[in-house]
Amino acid sequence: MSFSQSMKKLAAGVVASSAIAYSGAVMAADTIKVGVLHSLSGTMAISESTLKDTVLMMIEEQNKKGGIMGKKLEPVVVDPASNWPLFAEKTRELITKEDVDVIFGCWTSVSRKSVLPVVEELNGLLFYPVQYEGEESSKNVFYTGAAPNQQAIPAVDYLINDLGVERFVLAGTDYVYPRTTNKILEAYLKSKGVAEKDIMINYTPFGHSDWQSIVSEIKAFGSQGMKTAVVSTINGDANVPFYKELGNQGVSAEDIPVVAFSVGEEELSGIDTGPLVGHLAAWNYFQSVYNDNNEAFIDQWHAFTGDDKRVTNDPMEATYIGFNMWVKAVEKAKSTDTDKVADAMIGIQTPNLTGGTAVMNENHHLSKPVLIGEIQDDGQFAVVWETEGLVKGDAWSDFLPGSKDLVSDWTAPTRCGNYNTKTKSCGGASAE
Amino acid sequence: MGYRFGRMLTAMLVALLVSVSWAEEPLQDPTAPPRTTTQSSVDGIDIPPLTLQEIINRLTSRSFDKKEAAIRQLAKQDNPRVVPLLNALMNRELVHNRKDDTIALGLKKDGQWELRDPESRQVIGQVDSRAARPVIINNRLRTVINNQLALAALNDPDSDIRYQAAGQLIGNDDPEMLAALAARRHQESRPRVAAQIDTALNIAALHSDDRTTRLDAIDALAGNLHPEVKNALNTRLLAADSSQETQALEKAIARIETRIETFQTADTVFFGLSLGSVLLLAAIGLAITFGVMGVINMAHGELIMLGAYTTYVVQQLLPSSHEWSLLIAVPAAFLVSAFVGVLIERFVIRFLYGRPLETLLATFGVSLILQQAVRVIFSPLNRTVITPEWMSGALEINPVFSLTYNRLYIIFFALAVFLALLTLLKKTRLGLQVRAVSQNRATARGLGIRSERVNALTFGLGSGIAGVAGVALAQLTNVGPNLGQSYIIDSFMVVVFGGVGNLWGTLTAAFSLGIANKLLEPMAGAVLAKIVVLVFIILFIQRKPRGLFPQRGRAAEE
Repeated sequence: MSFSQSMKKLAAGVVASSAIAYSGAVMAADTIKVGVLHSLSGTMAISESTLKDTVLMMIEEQNKKGGIMGKKLEPVVVDPASNWPLFAEKTRELITKEDVDVIFGCWTSVSRKSVLPVVEELNGLLFYPVQYEGEESSKNVFYTGAAPNQQAIPAVDYLINDLGVERFVLAGTDYVYPRTTNKILEAYLKSKGVAEKDIMINYTPFGHSDWQSIVSEIKAFGSQGMKTAVVSTINGDANVPFYKELGNQGVSAEDIPVVAFSVGEEELSGIDTGPLVGHLAAWNYFQSVYNDNNEAFIDQWHAFTGDDKRVTNDPMEATYIGFNMWVKAVEKAKSTDTDKVADAMIGIQTPNLTGGTAVMNENHHLSKPVLIGEIQDDGQFAVVWETEGLVKGDAWSDFLPGSKDLVSDWTAPTRCGNYNTKTKSCGGASAE
Repeated sequence: MGYRFGRMLTAMLVALLVSVSWAEEPLQDPTAPPRTTTQSSVDGIDIPPLTLQEIINRLTSRSFDKKEAAIRQLAKQDNPRVVPLLNALMNRELVHNRKDDTIALGLKKDGQWELRDPESRQVIGQVDSRAARPVIINNRLRTVINNQLALAALNDPDSDIRYQAAGQLIGNDDPEMLAALAARRHQESRPRVAAQIDTALNIAALHSDDRTTRLDAIDALAGNLHPEVKNALNTRLLAADSSQETQALEKAIARIETRIETFQTADTVFFGLSLGSVLLLAAIGLAITFGVMGVINMAHGELIMLGAYTTYVVQQLLPSSHEWSLLIAVPAAFLVSAFVGVLIERFVIRFLYGRPLETLLATFGVSLILQQAVRVIFSPLNRTVITPEWMSGALEINPVFSLTYNRLYIIFFALAVFLALLTLLKKTRLGLQVRAVSQNRATARGLGIRSERVNALTFGLGSGIAGVAGVALAQLTNVGPNLGQSYIIDSFMVVVFGGVGNLWGTLTAAFSLGIANKLLEPMAGAVLAKIVVLVFIILFIQRKPRGLFPQRGRAAEE
């Protein structure tokens, strides 16, 4: 090999490597990194992997439109594996190592609670897309799912006013969301004049599969001469055997309707819904809602997943709204700086998928419509009732003694997630 | 915890005390909705006779009140198409054609709606799947339609249909329905149907103004287990106007309650047997691998899961024969899980005999691999396993006591698997070899048994049975990657409690734990019941480390 040849090679190598280094620098400067923190393995993979795909689809769509402010979006997907402490670790990794500008993630409340101190410490930005128990408002988190007053309370109102229900079974999985929601509901029902003896509360472990005794108890509770309904905060997997048992023991929706807060299209796609027709669910979105925005979203989802049997659900809509709001806020703030974007977020409006407009409020919760749907035999919901107009999400429930005086307001001059209107002071991190 | 338990007990006692007398408001008739559009108002509008098409076109309305009025009016028409149209409405086959705002019969064909004329059933066109939508009905409308259909079915030649129709109309106090019931009662020859009609008529008679009619009705209803009866009697008790009537009512209700209590005990026992059979199925494979071979196999749950997924795959491969695909799924699941089990034995466990901790860790790793493999192949979402018709529903012995078919079959299935396994171990050559190897490996080898082969086969057998359990569990629970995890602890619990190495122990342990759990559950709640059972087992194992039926002989001394 001659000298000149080797020099040429060397030069080419230098050029090539510097080109790589340069392009790397360009990449870093020219993309906006979006962290996706949803479990892709473990118990929660069933629900969360769908949301990961939703975020990826939204990013792809945004990049086709040219990204944000001329920069492409770059997803950074991590797998916290349904392991709550790992959620915190992965968040730290996303913010400090990967330097992401925003995180879309979490499903269960316990994972959110685990991430919360990390995003607050590192001043990150988290969009949380699932309905939850409320009693929280962080400067660094935007809650695009429903608060209890956007799901549980309207659903109970519907049962009382439209179905004439007088006895209630509050059945839930034994963890923080059902317990808090049921505490709020119990207080609310009592304020509506429902007697203690007409409320039955029942908790079951995660993944409970033997529902025989509980369903037979519910049947007995419902045969006392007053219209009875079940308000179910039973989570995920456990619903399938629960509904199967209801069907087998002949409890029809006409006798004892079940209104569920954690059962959506995705959960029903694992069951034969024939015996469940007429049972209810309360959400802010159903796939069956008929409007152009929604049809386009469903088509896009089918194209993205390559499967036209895939269903859409409420947390997907919440992800959709959250993502679009974030894009608007970044464009408005002309920066991806957490504080600037968080300020710009408040008051942002984007179309939702049910034909209205979602508004981000000063308490980091959305204003949304509340829909009640009945399960159909094709695994979809038919909307039988909806609120007139939007319901504003309430971070702190008005029905719990510890939180009824608290409000959240992240605009100047209050800038506080749990401002006590009685003592006129900003409390600690949370109530209770 | 004690506080909660105490509160629950008090709540239960309070509930018991007041249950006799607590119906505070008059019973709401399920057919009379809270916000009724009354029939008279419909009649009022109705001066010019409308065609069937005109009536059902009113179902395009978004208001459920208007739809209800349209349904009631439709039911009144004297037209043979009324019942099929009501059925079509129930089955979401009446669609709202958005283009010309009419209602037609619609059938989904290749993603399109084929529209037919509601009266003549002629095809009138095809529209895009989004151009037409099924008419939405809610529970109230469903009740209205069901009552109308029941009314029409009351004179059906099939006595089963008449029985169901009469049952649907119990608790109804619409005079038109009652008149139809009374008319039917005169002609009815089947005692079963007649009894059902009597119940309906007697409940209605509770509202009569005549005291003797009421007293007769109360007497006739005493001991009747139909849930509506107790409701109606409780309601009447609040309005009773003489001590004689109050006494009669209280007596009747007391009789009903005594009967209900008896059947509730039977119910609990059945639930316990059913839970026991699930535990038995989950544990029986483990009783072989852990009990007989002494291998701690943490992947046992995943072998069950593989069986469940095999059921799913078999159903997918045989889309037309859901009713019988389970019969194919049982051997298929056995083979799949047994095959995987043999692989695990050959490639992992074989090198780790006598090192229980390493086996535990290695098989735990295998379990994670299997879970993730299923997630990759089938997606993390749960898969639908269709329950065949013959396994759905319940064997109704009376209105408060019914045995669900799927549970009933699974109890028998678990026992059959147990007996088959027992026979295999006691009567066949392989069984003899397995027992020999598990009792004393060295001597067995000395007698010419190829212990390696026996190990692999035994492990395969235990795994295969786990797969068979998966087929049964697929009928009860979710088929998803986590299916196995929820059963692994229960399985170990049963095997250890029953006594390692003893199949009869496993059987006894499974059923006694099942029944104990179900007896505790109504008192303590599902979470606490599980905890109590676990604590009990821990204490029991402290006292008798070898379980209920300890193994005797040389194997026990190892």
